[in-house]
Amino acid sequence: MRIDGKGLIDRTKPVRFRFDGKDYAGYKGDTLASALLANDVRLVGRSFKYHRPRGVLTAGSEEPNALVEVVGPSNQTPNVRATMQEVFEGLVAQSQNRLGSLRFDLLAVNDYLSPFLSAGFYYKTFMWPRAFWEGLYEPIIRRAAGLGSLSGKHDEGTYEKAFAFCDVLVIGSGPSGLMAALTAGRAGADVILCEESHALGGRLLSDGGTIGGMAAADWVASVVEELQALPNVRIMPRTTVTGAYDHGTYGALERVGLHKPARPNLPRECFWRIVAKHAVLASGALERPVAFPDNDRPGIMLASAVRTYLNRYGVVPGKRVTLFANTDQARATARELMAAGVQVAAIIDPRPDAFSVEDCPVHVGAEVIGSRGRLGLSGIQVRKGSEVIEIETDCLAMSGGWNPTIHLTCHMNGRPRWDEDLAAFVPMAGAVPGLVAVGAANGSMSTHGALATGQAAAVQAVEALGRKVQVPLPEAEDAPYRLKALWAVEGKGRAWLDFANDVTTKDVKLAAQEGFRSVEHMKRYTTQGMAPDQGKNSNVAALAVLADATGRGIAETGVTTFRPPYTPVSIAAMGAGGRAEGFAPQRFLTSDQASRDRGAPMIEAGLWYRPSYFPKPGETTWRDSCDREVEMVRQAVGVTDVSTLGKIDIQGKDAGRFLDFVYTNTFSTLPVGRVRYGLMLREDGLVLDDGTSARLGDDHYLMTTTTAAAGLVMRHLDFVHQAFCADWQVRFISVTESWAQFAVAGPKARALVNSFLEEPVDLPFMGVAPVRIGGVDGRLFRISFSGEEGYELAVPTRFGEALFRDLVARAETMGGGPYGMEALNVLRIEKGFITHAEIHGRVTAHDIGMAKMVSAKKDCIGKAAATRPGLWGPEREQLVGLKASAPISAGAHLFVPGTEVHRETDQGYVTSVCWSPTVGAWLGLGFLKDGRARLGEKIRLVDHLRGLDVICEVCNPVFHDPEGEKLRA
Amino acid sequence: MPELIAKSALDGRSLTLGHVTLTEAEPGPITSVAVYPGQGKAVAKGLKTLGLAMPAPNSFVEKKGARIVWTGREQAFLIGVAPPVLEGAAVTDQSDGWTVLALSGAGAVDVLARLVPLDLRLTACPVGTALRSQVNHMNAVILRTGDHAFEILVFRSMARTAWHEIEAAMQMLAARMGMKF
Amino acid sequence: MRLTCPLCGERDRREFYYYGAEDYLHRPSEGAPLAEWDNYLHLRDNPAGVTKDLWYHEAGCSQWLLVTRNTVTHESSAVELVAERKA
Repeated sequence: MRIDGKGLIDRTKPVRFRFDGKDYAGYKGDTLASALLANDVRLVGRSFKYHRPRGVLTAGSEEPNALVEVVGPSNQTPNVRATMQEVFEGLVAQSQNRLGSLRFDLLAVNDYLSPFLSAGFYYKTFMWPRAFWEGLYEPIIRRAAGLGSLSGKHDEGTYEKAFAFCDVLVIGSGPSGLMAALTAGRAGADVILCEESHALGGRLLSDGGTIGGMAAADWVASVVEELQALPNVRIMPRTTVTGAYDHGTYGALERVGLHKPARPNLPRECFWRIVAKHAVLASGALERPVAFPDNDRPGIMLASAVRTYLNRYGVVPGKRVTLFANTDQARATARELMAAGVQVAAIIDPRPDAFSVEDCPVHVGAEVIGSRGRLGLSGIQVRKGSEVIEIETDCLAMSGGWNPTIHLTCHMNGRPRWDEDLAAFVPMAGAVPGLVAVGAANGSMSTHGALATGQAAAVQAVEALGRKVQVPLPEAEDAPYRLKALWAVEGKGRAWLDFANDVTTKDVKLAAQEGFRSVEHMKRYTTQGMAPDQGKNSNVAALAVLADATGRGIAETGVTTFRPPYTPVSIAAMGAGGRAEGFAPQRFLTSDQASRDRGAPMIEAGLWYRPSYFPKPGETTWRDSCDREVEMVRQAVGVTDVSTLGKIDIQGKDAGRFLDFVYTNTFSTLPVGRVRYGLMLREDGLVLDDGTSARLGDDHYLMTTTTAAAGLVMRHLDFVHQAFCADWQVRFISVTESWAQFAVAGPKARALVNSFLEEPVDLPFMGVAPVRIGGVDGRLFRISFSGEEGYELAVPTRFGEALFRDLVARAETMGGGPYGMEALNVLRIEKGFITHAEIHGRVTAHDIGMAKMVSAKKDCIGKAAATRPGLWGPEREQLVGLKASAPISAGAHLFVPGTEVHRETDQGYVTSVCWSPTVGAWLGLGFLKDGRARLGEKIRLVDHLRGLDVICEVCNPVFHDPEGEKLRA
Repeated sequence: MPELIAKSALDGRSLTLGHVTLTEAEPGPITSVAVYPGQGKAVAKGLKTLGLAMPAPNSFVEKKGARIVWTGREQAFLIGVAPPVLEGAAVTDQSDGWTVLALSGAGAVDVLARLVPLDLRLTACPVGTALRSQVNHMNAVILRTGDHAFEILVFRSMARTAWHEIEAAMQMLAARMGMKF
Repeated sequence: MRLTCPLCGERDRREFYYYGAEDYLHRPSEGAPLAEWDNYLHLRDNPAGVTKDLWYHEAGCSQWLLVTRNTVTHESSAVELVAERKA
């Protein structure tokens, strides 16, 4: 019901929205919860386990009951708290966790089965018989588990992430937060003020009162106006600080577009990483419910929420309201309702010494012991001494006192301190370095206390920053906070602690009785505190009940750990910028467009995109193209882009010495103008990478690495250099991106290359020379990864595309053309060249037959460890070739024919395979126990995954041109 | 004889959204100068011919179109001029390795705040600052060239990704505009 | 988490690559017994308290850093360049 003249909503801006298929009207400034209550909709959801009818309990992000699905054009967001969702024109929401309609939820049968569904039900019930685990129990549990549902469609929404830095981060904009922000802002510090709600002011917007002689709302408006005018203050409304992390880092979730119809490019949410030198936690406090029997009916709400709905939204959730509260402050709710013309049926105050001044029945020293009403509250029972009073009421406002919102102070393992006077946990000072809790969050429950502590924390922060400030403290109420702790009311029936997860006082007592006496065990046994609200409404009461059941004090019982995030953060927001194309950078070759123009499918090689093959008309499978490209290279000439290989320019008098140290073999003796294959080990003796290095000058080398390990090798070289030889005269830098490099391979490679050069060169095998191509300085290497006479031509990257197109066009006039990764792979397997399929991190130089490349004359990284027992000898699996007449597979394992196939008889495994058009057989590379001594042996290849069982011949891995005559031609 | 046509990674494209403009810049030659241990004096002598010196960490200096940018320990990029003869340093051509993106306008800082984990407030990052960091997942060199202007060096092969991600941030920011608290 | 690179200044953890304990800096000399190599490569303390370990400023200046930090409080008390370390 809407009350005229009350609330901060904009009554000139009506908004239409839909809930569960029915259209409603609200106003700009309403939340879904306030707008539904204004329309007298009390039933908004069903509880998780028992499917009990539930209504709005709170007016904030801690809401456990009013969780709804918001349906967007391309997405459906479950578990949206109706108390946080602002209404907008066209908003569509629906209730969740029901089978059938909200009013007639078929799963409400669970409520009648509740005697069987108590805490530990799963653990006790789904134990036997074992055969039912996967077939029966799991599907049932999976269907019942989880809250809300998704659309099943890809979320097309936009999400954002952002970084921010400030001197002072103020978390919360109630009286303490505003005072802190104003103080720090006036001092000239860079301030970020985060407020979870869309409006600043915190409880001041709900509770009213006066500050410095002004109405609280006016004081808020004046402070906000001043803050907005300060260039050093950034105000972030709709932003929840969700976590405190190391070294002044805070996570914060901003609801950017959730209160508006979807628009292209407008982020739904933004996840902020805020780095602050100082932080002021002004997060206030959360009111706590009282666990009395049947305290979960729609219409039973927190007193502070009733007050918020009245003063902020002009809404009263009932016609005959009752109040059940144990503090003086909560009485204001009843007084304000009466002032607004709402009937207050009774005030029930459990404190025997409580005052009684209101113009309505006040039951002092009394407790609510029960409620009735199927889909909404219709009446309560009150026990006063030996008397039980029935009261007709459709809205009960309850308050069991307040819990300071200390969560962030515990995010770095800080434990809170129990304060007996407040009957609440308060933060341990210094628990998060740089963070100071103020106001209600620190147990200062009056407005004056909030203003004063907020100001003091800000002064402390700005002084630490070397700034000075004087801000007069405005006058405000400073009433004492006086309560009698009241956690649970004894009575007949279930009394809810955790509304969201359906945990009652009985469940907690059962946990204690069954031995789960530690608060952490009780939590896991009962699931108390494990729902979306993470126990914000129930933690303290639950452990009070546990403390009582185990005969310990609350301080002794302790509290479970609060972990980030404070409120749920969508994975999409957390991972913003990392989805689809943002997942990783895409690296494109200069030949990319030319390859795509020729219809080449591009495959990912690390971050690079490389052509898989170049289809020609009539070719129906990749194999057709690949086989043709292999033959083309073997018979004529092929061109492929090899720019992805890592290239590291190494210079200095000690460059050769450095290479000798990082490679197993010697490079200081390499003549200028020559290239050498090098093998690099990790310090533990296993192979790190391989590649060629060229000597371009006396003090100048160019190292190449594999595509896969380019970054890894750079990191390794940096480590070796900085850790062991920083004083050597050597410097290096990646030039991978600086050069476009193309391999030209085949019997006609030399003719093709020479047709390009201004002056033909006659390079020996493993030679390098500077060349001029069309007026451009380039480099020519005579190296081969195919087994044919091969060259690699490098030009500055800007000329790459032009050179590639030209090379391919010329190759085609010679019966050649481009080849892709598939053919490149076949060519290298035929030649027995290894890649990271072979040097996969578990092989030694010995394993790949390169033990002789580990120079005896000098030390190098990995040399010592490579001699460890177990890293060499016949027991090792050694690189061999495999030949078969039927298809074989990488990943298959090798066995002696006639033996059983299992782990103990495993003789090795296969790393690379191909169909070889050159040899006319299936070829493979793999590792076989004592393999080099077993050439010619027949071996059984088994791949259960692909259903292969093939006899292969063990061969020398070099199938093509084993003497290397073609290379050196 | 072939005629090789030079192409930049992004063909010099430019985009303005709201108050922010993104352009592929043409920086001229980029040369890495890495000083050998104990050779600082020799290098200083060579750089002096351009009126430049090795820059302090996290800074760059510009003189007559020549820029020297700190890029690491005892290392700098000389940008915009051909390198002089330099004794005492490893000199490596990096001209083709990088794409330079110029981002300017009143919202430039806000765009970068979506991608770069750095404190870009003018107090922490005044004009003349050069930072090695990241643009989303890409390594980058970020230069503060004006109160509302940056130049960002990324690996050439990643230029399209860098453009895509900066453009996406610009679009989100533009969509936010007009949203008043 | 944030680390202060001696060259680049205070940076977010995402810019750094973690390697392992400081021990990797104390490479045994050529010909050292295998037990010494075993110790160098594999044997590590796991202190609750102050520890020194190696981080690489991979997305920054490419320097290896020797970081002194506390595994309990997460306080990082010193960061030095491996290339210019004192000991």
